[in-house]
Amino acid sequence: MSKIADKFMQLRSEGRKGFIPFVTAGDPDLDTSLEIALKLADLGADIIELGVPFSDPMADGPTIQRSSERSIRNGTTLNDVLDLARSFRVKSDIPLVLFSYFNPIHHLGLKEFRSMAARSGIDGLLLTDVIENEAAKISEVLEESSIDLISLIAPTTTDERLRDICSRAKGFIYAVSRAGVTGARESTSSTAKQLVDRARKFTDLPIGVGFGISTPTQIEEVWQYADAAVVGSAIVSVIEMNASNPVSAVETFVAGLVPERQATAAE
Amino acid sequence: MTNYEPNERGYWGEYGGRFVPETLVAPLDELASGYFAVRDDPDFQAEFQHLLNNYVGRPSPLYLASRLTEMLGGAKIYLKREDLDHTGAHKINNCVGQILLARRMGKNRIIAETGAGQHGVATATVCALFGLECVVYMGTEDMRRQEPNVFRMQLLGAEVRGVDSGSQTLKDAINEALRDWVTNVDTTYYLLGSALGPHPYPLMVRDFQSIIGREAREQILTIEGRLPDVLVACVGGGSNAIGLFHPFLNDEVRMIGVEAGGRGDALGEHAARFMAGGDVGVLQGTKSYLLQDANGQIAPTHSVSAGLDYASIGPEHAFLHDMERVEYVSASNEEALAAFKMLSEAEGIIPALESSHAVAHALKIAPAMSQDKVMIVNLSGRGDKDIGTVRDISR
Repeated sequence: MSKIADKFMQLRSEGRKGFIPFVTAGDPDLDTSLEIALKLADLGADIIELGVPFSDPMADGPTIQRSSERSIRNGTTLNDVLDLARSFRVKSDIPLVLFSYFNPIHHLGLKEFRSMAARSGIDGLLLTDVIENEAAKISEVLEESSIDLISLIAPTTTDERLRDICSRAKGFIYAVSRAGVTGARESTSSTAKQLVDRARKFTDLPIGVGFGISTPTQIEEVWQYADAAVVGSAIVSVIEMNASNPVSAVETFVAGLVPERQATAAE
Repeated sequence: MTNYEPNERGYWGEYGGRFVPETLVAPLDELASGYFAVRDDPDFQAEFQHLLNNYVGRPSPLYLASRLTEMLGGAKIYLKREDLDHTGAHKINNCVGQILLARRMGKNRIIAETGAGQHGVATATVCALFGLECVVYMGTEDMRRQEPNVFRMQLLGAEVRGVDSGSQTLKDAINEALRDWVTNVDTTYYLLGSALGPHPYPLMVRDFQSIIGREAREQILTIEGRLPDVLVACVGGGSNAIGLFHPFLNDEVRMIGVEAGGRGDALGEHAARFMAGGDVGVLQGTKSYLLQDANGQIAPTHSVSAGLDYASIGPEHAFLHDMERVEYVSASNEEALAAFKMLSEAEGIIPALESSHAVAHALKIAPAMSQDKVMIVNLSGRGDKDIGTVRDISR
């Protein structure tokens, strides 16, 4: 069983829901990203999503676009992100999911990526722009490692596709809360709950909800119907606005963001 | 006969397909089923042809450039006059086809990207024709160098949204249009302007642009009583080239696509995707050749012509390249500018800087061909939009 599956088993047995923060690797720089990731682990992150910066992030809103640009300007490469993961792994056991567009991984070569990522202790790969047959092929290649290809579902996904996607999904399913790009929103739309409910018909895998989640209220809402909440742009934005002390700023923000989890333990 | 149709997932060989966020799968499926429903529908095709004839002004002439031919002393050079299409470029052919489809699909909000501004102007035009809301994304660098087209779009009632991210050119405009589409999938039709992007766009745009080649084939058979020896077209995303080439693919006709050689061979100085062997990757929904750095980041590109300034190329071109059915060469900024000037003076036709790349290659090869050879150059657009750029450079 993969480390991601283990983590959700543990959460379920403890009656807890998951908190999955996202940071762009290399923003503001690689060393600080490592510090932030370790801090997030200390603050109770259950899984950490590490963003691989890409020059053309078509699924991302302005916050993560700017973050990717800063990281690329610093010269961050996929190799650097994998090195960062390895340094993280020495100090923490928390599952790491790489969040990437396909081209950097395609360019490195999938098999090469698989062995390098496995050596770095990567547990999951989430590709924003890969679907269907291509996803199935990648999943097959990754099967020779303990890396899960995390599948995305969206409110526009038909039931027929949900069945297909769920049938080959590994680790957990990432439900995109609404049609749109990444970015903080005041409220989470009701489409997210509907989507999760529809997906439950086809799978017992844990489901995490992301896109637009930035407040404790939203996280609590998500925890009522899903297994985990993903917070990305809100954290990236804190890093952007606190260039002189990003680690402590993230610490303050996340400490106030994640609700007490005993509250949902009775479920 | 070789089959040049993509498979049902939009692949020509290993190129094409769909590399998009999950949210876009449903709208792309809707688009594909909408398109395949009209592709062989005589009513739709008749409506399309009616607008091409009466609104766009087709068929466009196939004009023998006799002074140019004489000056070069070699092959007879015919120009396929897409510069005479309404709005001044071939882009309108595709826009007419897609706007009819959007109407059938019940979409009232149209978005588009534009590089040189020609596709944006053509989209704004067909939206005005049918009274539809129109938003055009354009890189701020391109807005600067194609200022007259920005104003034309606004005159036509479109909203032009400047894109400040990345290189502020066509690639970034496409990213922003995709972001808009993913956010507004229910109401919005994305009218993509080149033979690029996720399936079914490369196929659909090629089909709509193939009117260029079908006409040219008929015209040359009438005028010369035979097929041409060579076709030449510039290739950015590749819609004017594939439109001319496609109806000739199963004929014994040599075809040459001309990429933007820019100002040098180094990465970042040109937009010639096939230069130095080329490199395959995934960008903006499709797998094709693209310009990228050692880490798989999309490389900056450069061309004096905004419409050719793009890091990737339509997947059907990638396939035709690998099959060696079409030759791909490049022309530099300097060569394109010289061709711009030469065609203006020799024939009284000011070509778009994009089309000037095709003309530049014709100037290179025509003199060495015998006088009984026949060449067709796709004059994909007119150069009025470029006179400011050319004036600034010649100063």
